[in-house]
Amino acid sequence: MFSHGSESLIKQAREIQESELQKFYCRLVKLLQGKEFGHETMDSLQRLHLILSATKYTRTLPAELQRRLLSLLSSPVEQLQVLSSAVLRETLPLSGQELNYNQENVQLNIHSAALLLSQAGSRADLSSLCAQLLRSLESRQSEGPSYSLTHTLPILNAILTHSPECLTEDHVTLLSKKLVDWLRYASITQGGGASSGGFFTGPRSRQPVPIAELDGTVSGDFFTVLCVGQGFTEDQWMNVYSFSMLHHWLLTYHSAPSGNTLADTDDRSEVDGSVVSMVSATSSSSRLLPPKERLREKAFQYCLRLIEQSDRKALKRTDTELQKACLVEAVCILDCVCVEDTSLVYRTFPCVKALFGRLSSDLTFARVLLPIAQFYLNHGEMAAVDCESVWKLVFGRFPAELFNDPFLAHELLRFLRLNLGSLQLRVPQYPRSFPNLLKFLAWDSPAVVDDFVDLLPSLVTVETAVELLHTLLDLPCLTATLVLQLRSTCSPISEPGGRGLLSLDAFRSPSFRGLFLYLLRAEAGSGDTIDRLSTLHEFLAESADWPRVVQCSQTVPVLLHIFFNTVVTVADEKLLAHLILVMLERSSLLLNLPTYMKEIHRVFSCHLLRLCKLRPSLVVDQSHELLEFAGTTASVYSKEEIYTHVVWALGEYLSVSCDSRCSVTLITSCFETLEAVLFEITSSTPPPGAACPAPRVVTTLISALAKLASRSHDLIPRVSLFLSKLRTVTRAGSVAWCSDEEDLVAIVTRGEELWSLLKTPGVAQSVLTPPPHVTTPQWHRDTNLSMSLQLRTLTSLTHTQ
Amino acid sequence: MVRCFLIHTVCPLSALSAGDSRLLYCRLFAPEDGLLTGQLRELSPEERRLLRMEKAAVVARQVRSAVSLSRDASGRPPMEALPGEEALALQEASSGVVRLRAGDPFSEEMSALWLAVQSLGFTLVCEPHENLLLAEGTLRNLTRHCLEHLHMLGQGSEVLLRSNRIDALLSRLLPHGQLLFLNHRFAQSLEKDVAAYMAK
Repeated sequence: MFSHGSESLIKQAREIQESELQKFYCRLVKLLQGKEFGHETMDSLQRLHLILSATKYTRTLPAELQRRLLSLLSSPVEQLQVLSSAVLRETLPLSGQELNYNQENVQLNIHSAALLLSQAGSRADLSSLCAQLLRSLESRQSEGPSYSLTHTLPILNAILTHSPECLTEDHVTLLSKKLVDWLRYASITQGGGASSGGFFTGPRSRQPVPIAELDGTVSGDFFTVLCVGQGFTEDQWMNVYSFSMLHHWLLTYHSAPSGNTLADTDDRSEVDGSVVSMVSATSSSSRLLPPKERLREKAFQYCLRLIEQSDRKALKRTDTELQKACLVEAVCILDCVCVEDTSLVYRTFPCVKALFGRLSSDLTFARVLLPIAQFYLNHGEMAAVDCESVWKLVFGRFPAELFNDPFLAHELLRFLRLNLGSLQLRVPQYPRSFPNLLKFLAWDSPAVVDDFVDLLPSLVTVETAVELLHTLLDLPCLTATLVLQLRSTCSPISEPGGRGLLSLDAFRSPSFRGLFLYLLRAEAGSGDTIDRLSTLHEFLAESADWPRVVQCSQTVPVLLHIFFNTVVTVADEKLLAHLILVMLERSSLLLNLPTYMKEIHRVFSCHLLRLCKLRPSLVVDQSHELLEFAGTTASVYSKEEIYTHVVWALGEYLSVSCDSRCSVTLITSCFETLEAVLFEITSSTPPPGAACPAPRVVTTLISALAKLASRSHDLIPRVSLFLSKLRTVTRAGSVAWCSDEEDLVAIVTRGEELWSLLKTPGVAQSVLTPPPHVTTPQWHRDTNLSMSLQLRTLTSLTHTQ
Repeated sequence: MVRCFLIHTVCPLSALSAGDSRLLYCRLFAPEDGLLTGQLRELSPEERRLLRMEKAAVVARQVRSAVSLSRDASGRPPMEALPGEEALALQEASSGVVRLRAGDPFSEEMSALWLAVQSLGFTLVCEPHENLLLAEGTLRNLTRHCLEHLHMLGQGSEVLLRSNRIDALLSRLLPHGQLLFLNHRFAQSLEKDVAAYMAK
């Protein structure tokens, strides 16, 4: 599709020499001077466009050429309009010859309008353009082709997007009236000269044929986008264009009470729902309503009609798709209208409720059900309607069964993000639904991880934090399970070839199915994790190279960071202690993916330290488990990162100043545990298959021992003994447990520093176990420090240099 | 409304670095954001155009990486359709949507819907409150027309040499970035018009 030829075309266009370019310009001007424009002119113009658009640096055209191109904008040949507009959009307007936005007599076609829009330099330009367009709408110049009228609405919509103030109050009123006409009162007969057929073509038999519905029956009500005919009249076209922009129009001019520009059109939940409508909604004659309110009423009727029309069985598949899109739009518009005028809620809810009932069991309408959920969220409380069944769908069936639909995922997660406040208030099962919601992430991590970065904090609660942590750590397993689930439904019972055989068999076997079903659960609360997690990991070991699983594993560390950052703000000490235990336990219980374990260990280490720093008494509290972890020599080799941090935490925080429960016995037992490990790793070669212990582990162990000794001085001789032995052994030459000489030197140096420090126990104690006021800097609040700071400040102020 | 429509490469190119994408067609609708809030007023028109093209390039790169990740994950081998098999190519095309955060690169949050047919991606950047169901249908329709009228399953250089056809197509089906609710009759009428243009 994209060939070498295309690449070279672009290259040529970028690298064209200036002289050649000038020659080309001259030739083009000559061509444009002629009366007729043939293929050569078109091709040259197209080539000019390519040359201009191929580079991001703007080229300026010679004035003569630019003038000729401007004149082509109003050429009767459309191709010339298109090409000249495209070329002029890629270059700069001639200085002093900016396009005149106030021209009265130039009839705007869609291509010249595009140029005006793209070169608009200010709000004033856009306002003039608006005024011009509305004038042409009012005067109804019917000489031009029908497009000159129909594309007016799209341009206005484009201007509205950026600058709603370009339309004055009068303009808004005028357009509201026109929109009402087009939406509600478009012709209900077919346009285009359709006749009832037959041999008789006399005027008597040329009766107007009524429009039809999508299922072929004759239409009995006003014209909408879901009506068909052989041909269409102009106002029927305007009906389509009007409806296409209606939602945006209502969002822009009908949401704020005083018609101010809307800062955030998405956050409808913030809009003040107490806007009082001028006339009561039960008014029988809508002709008495002012234009804005009348438009609202007509929009309301249009949407109700669309909802009714969407129940018909369309004859064409594209029309079925359109019906769905119309349902989405209709519900969104009804929502918008009800937010503006809350009295309409009572008229709307029965219809929306009926629609929900009709569609809720059909998953192909899932994307239509999301706007309905938004409607329920916005107005359900006011109408005192039970929304349970809606949430069951949104948090239950949709994630469980449609996790692989990228568009549904995007829209559902967006719905959650925008309504987080309301959901947390009104939907109590929201935080517990994370096992289901995470299925979106497990399936297609790269696409939705951004959404979960925003959503995850709201899912962290005190009751479910531990289960959430386990679920996040097993997210790649969930991915693998979802893959197996899909494969299991699609493929036959026995698969030739054998790919995925072991895990698929396990998934299907009744004895192990429970493990997988736990991962696929819909709600939290049935247990933090399962006992036979290691069995599950074994079965899923072969999924380690499945691309989806790998992609998922790469997003887990990020989410864990967010989890921990959030959980420290809500957790009490008991929960934090539990989390530390989970971290220690799971450090060896993870799906065996190449870099996964290492990354998780890194995250754990970082947060373990943070938790201990935040609540130093945790270390004494959990000393039993931490010592058990630190005493396992195998951890030095398999979990080096975490091990180092646990040892460091023990050395740093196992002291009386951190927690008064810290006894001499505790310090001594910790010392002995660490000492044993240190002896073991420095006296023998590493076990087969393992590399030498990292130097950092050794130095951390030595430092920890020194710190503990400084708090209980009878331990000092033991440390000194070890350190002197270390020095002797290393003087003899290389050792089995350290391969690099520089590392060895560093270790020994550290040992010597500590040894000399420990010769004066008093000093050692204040260096290795500093009192809190030393470690928490006070800066200017500290009378000892502040003197020097004050002097320095005074000096710099008074010193004239 | 739709902010822009892009056609760009989604396959590795020797001339570019690994994650980069070559823009073959780029159409931004409407005045640029930031124009009226004063952010852009200090910039000259050349700088503004440069900014526009950079923004389009950012979107193309993000879609490119989304496409390649999606293709890796699904593990399906890319199919090669021949000219004449446009409908099949469209059916086999992968699709998705990328969330563009506010500021990256547009000042508000946007949704970039993409359709990847073999080595090219077709992207529609929409404001998120837009009807994405309609946008998806419109994108498919546009892609089908591009594939057919520009013979893109062949050599593919017509995208560059006949971009005016895409402009004309967009002026009917997506005028000034406006998504349209077209039933099959309205669509037929517009498509006849498009075909008449292409025949010239």
